[in-house]
This record gives sequence, structure tokens and C-alpha cells, in this order.
Amino acid sequence: MLRAITHSEPLAVVMSMVAGVFASTLISASADRHGPGGRWSAEERAALRSLSIATLGPVPADPSNRYADQPNAGELGRRLFFDTRLSANGKVSCASCHLPSRNFQDDKPLADGVGRTARRTMPVAGTAYSPWQFWDGRADSQWAQALGPLESAVEHGGDRTQYAHVIASDYREMYETVFGRMPNLRGAPPHAGPVADSTRSAAWQQLSALGRDDISRMYANIGKAIAAYERRIGVAPSRFDRYVDAELAGRRHASDDAFSSDEEAGLRLFIGRANCSTCHNGPLFTDNHFHNTGVPAPATALPIDSGRAVGVRQVVSAEFNCTSRYSDAKPEDCDELRFADTDGAGLVRAFKTPSLRNVAERPPFMHAGQIATLADVIAHYDRAPASPFGHSELKPLRLSSTDRRQLEAFLRTLSSPLTAPQGYLEPPVAAAR
Amino acid sequence: MSASNTPAYSRRTALIKTLASAGAATLLTACMMFAGPPKGLDYSRTRLSEGGLYRATIRPQGDSIPQGKLQRWTLHMETSTGTPVDSAVVSVDGGMPQHGHGLPTKPRVTRALGNGDHLVEGLKFNMGGWWVVKFRVNASAGSDSLVFNVRL
Repeated sequence: MLRAITHSEPLAVVMSMVAGVFASTLISASADRHGPGGRWSAEERAALRSLSIATLGPVPADPSNRYADQPNAGELGRRLFFDTRLSANGKVSCASCHLPSRNFQDDKPLADGVGRTARRTMPVAGTAYSPWQFWDGRADSQWAQALGPLESAVEHGGDRTQYAHVIASDYREMYETVFGRMPNLRGAPPHAGPVADSTRSAAWQQLSALGRDDISRMYANIGKAIAAYERRIGVAPSRFDRYVDAELAGRRHASDDAFSSDEEAGLRLFIGRANCSTCHNGPLFTDNHFHNTGVPAPATALPIDSGRAVGVRQVVSAEFNCTSRYSDAKPEDCDELRFADTDGAGLVRAFKTPSLRNVAERPPFMHAGQIATLADVIAHYDRAPASPFGHSELKPLRLSSTDRRQLEAFLRTLSSPLTAPQGYLEPPVAAAR
Repeated sequence: MSASNTPAYSRRTALIKTLASAGAATLLTACMMFAGPPKGLDYSRTRLSEGGLYRATIRPQGDSIPQGKLQRWTLHMETSTGTPVDSAVVSVDGGMPQHGHGLPTKPRVTRALGNGDHLVEGLKFNMGGWWVVKFRVNASAGSDSLVFNVRL
């Protein structure tokens, strides 16, 4: 029966008409795109496949580190990774902040070495796939990355001759098996290196150019051994990967690869209108690039952090980059460096897109741990606030609270154990002193 | 006096109009944000330059352009009359028009390969979607721009 519209109802009618048109458009679009009985369109299936860890492939070669795939180098690297003697106070190792039991991070907004740093500890798994290391990409290999914290005044706080002496006294045989004969360190003082400390820096300058080069080469080799260890740390398939396998094969879901309706809706948002997979793409959920996403300034007073704008200038002139004398690469192997964008406007306060593998296991989030929970991260991307400086790439998403909850549910399906050779995730007995 | 002329009704009508147009604007914004590339884009790998001085063909390494990997292309250039262009200063630029950002790298034409072919190195596309790659060419026939649409 038709009913006259009273003057108290037109608002509801107009709104329901708008909603109706929108809903019917979505339904018809959805019916068109999906095959009979298919949950995902062809385009969505391609997106799911591209995110699955099954598409990751083997760890790429690192031409700048000819020892990268030598098991002896990996074993030496493992020992060095856990060795607290590689620090100013004998208490800090790589594993102090990169805890293997915690996805190689430390659960803190800002990392604590011998002092407090200005950035959040990054996880290690899968970093062998990235052309750039650190939040700002100021290193272009895992081995160059490992050398940064060792000389940082607030991280390990040590210096090159100190580390060379540790190698000579405790790792000589292992070192020489991998890298060949060690230089004579008789003229090397206990502490010298190109570090912030003026005494040690002056001692470094007093060494001959040849002496400095010998010790720097040993130092680079420490990094190469640590990289040989780190590059074998990966992530196992997660429930998401098993879900995708089953979906693409048209298999009925078993208990270990099923998604709840929230998780499935969250995945649809992730690859769809929430725009997450624009940057979090590929099987490691990162485009390995740098973006200003308007992350708020840290609560702690820290120096202004320009991110990639500074990091790219550092990496092109870095002492240990791909084209350096300590690299094993040919110049043509260093194309990422040769063709790096060094002055784009988008580099200001841009930080590296982190992998989302195991993201739910490692709050707090962002480059200085500014955001405490996954829910708050999603709310940030939904709101898209202006950047403290530089320009945010984000646009408001207008998600509902249900959308946000579903996205979070999906992100929690990306958790999985780490993969590594036997014993790699525990401290070596000899180094656990 | 009809009900439609009462002040209360007018206010309601204005409110409805505002809400309806806000709703439409929201829908429009949502559609613009999540829309694919504009329809009718020319993705052909052979294009005439904007001023008509050159005809060029891009030859990526494979049939499909990979996402997130550095790549080398060959750019073949001829004058509009079909003479290969070997001596030219070519700069490369581009980006994603819908995202408002440029290329993630700084690609360059690194050398002429002969017969109008030029090696383009350092290209990378770190996201899926519509990209534009522009070559600014300066050669004896004059200065002109070549614009290629690429979809990943």
C-alpha cells in the first residue's frame, strides 16, 4: 500500500534513497566482478597471490658481500651478534635490542644501548630482501647497517680498534677461516676509530692510512659476518598465507587456515578501499620505499628527524656503501645507489614502509614508537592528520569503527614464527657470558 | 498558507539539500580516491611526442613490468619522418598522477645503443596502478616530450 510522505519523513527518505543507490551499486558491481560462487574477483585474487609468502622467492644475492652465503661466516656472525664485548661498557650486543625471542626488537618506543637512541628498533627477519636498511635507508646492505650501531655513541659505543682486538683475541681462527689472514694489530691502540669521542677519533687519525684501512677492512668483515647470520632469518607462513593458499586452490578451509568474517572483511579493506596495500605490498608487505605519513612528533623531546631526506644523502657518501672500497660489488651491481632519488620533495620526513609480517607482535609502532596500539595506528591512517613538517601522503579514509576493527583482525593473521637455521635464535653458549 | 512556506519546513528542506549534497560529495570523493585509472588511457608502447617531432617506442625487459624491481628499458626514437635519432639529450621523469608523487628513483638515459636505441636505467615502480613516464628529448629536430602511460 502506498503511503503519503508526511513532512516529518523526507530526511529519512532521502538518506535511505542515497544509501539504497550506493548499496545497489556495490551489489551489482560485486555480482559483476566475482565469478559464480567466487569470494574474490580476479583482480583481488591477483592481489592476494602477490601478498602471499609463497611468492617471496629465495633470499636475493648480495654482490657487495661475497661471504654472505658462507655458513662459517654466518656462524661467526651469530656469535658476534650476541657478544656484549662489542660495546663500550661490555653490556650491549646486537641482541640487546634485537631480541630473537621478540621478533628481533625490544618492545620499546626508543632503543636503549649504552644511551638512548632517537628511533624505534627495527626487526631483522626478511631485511635481506630490502635494498635499504634503517628507517631512513642510510645503509644499502645488511652488513653496512650492522656497522652503524657498533660505532654509535648511544648504541654499542665502541670503536674499530677495540672490535679488531676482540676478533684477534677470541675469534681469530673463525675469522681467518672466512676472511683470510688478519692484519697485525701491534700498532693499533686499544681504542681508536672515527667516532664522536675526540680522544678515540684523534688516536684514529694518528694511525697510518694503511693501518686505518686494514682495521676498517676487519670492521667491514664484522658487518659481513653479521649479515651472513641475519640474512638467514625469515618468517614462516602465517594463517593469512594458508588462507590464501586454500582460497586460490578453491579448497575448503581447515581450522588452521580459516578466516573469521571480520578477518576476511579486514583483508578486503586492506587490499581495497583502505589503500593499505598501496605501500604495504608484496609478500613482505612493504614497497621498500619511504613515505611521509604524518606520524605525530614523538612525545619525548628529540632533534628534528627529516628521515629519508637526510638518510639518502648519508648513504650515497657512506664509507661502507655498495660502491665503497670495502664492498665486493662491481659498480653495475649498485644500481639502487646509482639511481637513488636524492632530492625529491617527498623525502622530507619520509620513513621506510615497515614489513607487516608479525606486526601485531611488536607494538609500539612508527619510527619513534609514537603509536602504542594497532587500533591507534589504523585510526591514524583513517584520520590522516597533517605531518608535523613535510607533506603527508595520506588522505582521510572515512572508515567506520567496524572497518577499523576488521582491519585490525586481519593484521593479526600475519603473525608466524621466525625461520632460521638450527640454533640461530639462541645465544651461542660461548657468548652467553 | 501552505505548509511548504512555513519557516520550519524551509529549514528542513535546506538541511535535506545540504545533507544530500554532502552525501553525494562523500560518494564522489570515495569514488575518486578508490577509482582505477581514468578510462581511455593509451598504454601503447609506441607514442608520438607531444609536439609531433618524434615517434618513440619503449621496450621493457619482459612482457610485463615488474613491481618493486629496478629495471632497464630501451627507448627507440625516430623523427616523425622515420630517421633514427642517435644523438639526443634525454631526461626522464614521471610518477603517479592519482597519488601526486613522482618516481621512487631517478632513472637516466645512460647511453645511446645505435640505430635510434637508447638505454634507460634505474626505473622502478614501487606500487600497483597507473604510472606516467616522461622523456624530455632535445635533439637536432628540436625539443619535445614523450609521455607513456604504464599500468602495473
